[in-house]
Amino acid sequence: MTTAEQTLDEILSLAAAHFKVPREKLSPDDDFFKTLGLDSLQTLDLLTKLENHFRVELPDYELQGVSDFRTLAGKIQARL
Amino acid sequence: MKDTRVREGQSAAKLGSQCRGSALSWTVIDGVIELALHREPCNELGSESLEEFEKFAAALENMQAAAHALIVYSELKPGFCAGADLRELYHRSQAMTKADAAKGVRNFLERIHRVLNLIDAAPLTTIAAVHGVTFGGGFELALACDLIIADKMARFCFPELRLGLIPGFGGIPRLKRDLGNAVVRDLLLTGRSFNATKAQQIGLVSQVVGEGEALRAARATAAQMRKFDRATAAAAKNFIKPVPHEELRREIDIFCELFARPAVQAGLRRFVESTDAQPYLP
Repeated sequence: MTTAEQTLDEILSLAAAHFKVPREKLSPDDDFFKTLGLDSLQTLDLLTKLENHFRVELPDYELQGVSDFRTLAGKIQARL
Repeated sequence: MKDTRVREGQSAAKLGSQCRGSALSWTVIDGVIELALHREPCNELGSESLEEFEKFAAALENMQAAAHALIVYSELKPGFCAGADLRELYHRSQAMTKADAAKGVRNFLERIHRVLNLIDAAPLTTIAAVHGVTFGGGFELALACDLIIADKMARFCFPELRLGLIPGFGGIPRLKRDLGNAVVRDLLLTGRSFNATKAQQIGLVSQVVGEGEALRAARATAAQMRKFDRATAAAAKNFIKPVPHEELRREIDIFCELFARPAVQAGLRRFVESTDAQPYLP
């Protein structure tokens, strides 16, 4: 059983690797749109990466308004 | 993306079956027509693309005698195709009277339908090799093909309802042909995007491959098809994949009725002016 903290940690590692940002520069409460400088296509890319990694389905509308890693982790955790 | 299989002295250009346009290009290699999309940023389908698609459709009638398969793919990193060029649609319709804009939209839809219907019914096996964004009209282009082979980073969506429209390039009739009605309702009415794994689970995608592998897999699949008698393959396709002409015509009518409403112009303006990272969401 993956804990919420593990999920959050995996998201941060995955985002750091995918967008080539040092892992230590990312914090759970960061606004990932700003920290990673995501445009609309990169946001979709991140969503697909997360779905593939956690093997979950994340409807876009559930993520509307979500901008920090911690809340994102909560949304994923709820589907694990 | 350069294809190394076209050897000097044997180029498709010498066979009269190669063209490099601004939005798309095609060539015939070993009996396979490869149609590449390359209009930045993500192959948005506007009037320039449509003109080149019409040229391709005219060329296809000549090329298909010497080919057994067609592969459609994108050369651009963001994805296969982000759909209709909404910026062009908005700016053009703003510069016209309502009546002229409505006429222009109907004309565009009828022309793109002619092209997609031709691809849909072509006596070749057609494969969409998709990656990344495969939205709206891009999804509809893929649906006109016989098989969809998807990179695991491919993402599909019908976001048209956010604009107060329905898909207009044949999306609903072709989805209905391939999938159960409940799945079609989910995709259409929620406007959510979904990944390649989900697309395969619901029966839309025939193969999911690793990142950057869709075109290679499509070429391998096309090579397999070469082993079969062309007339038999064409007869099988004709039998199991009828073009839903009546519903396609009805789709154009519904789209045009909806397009006439002021809410659509407002939706288009919101999209064109949006700086949101998820502009495809309402």
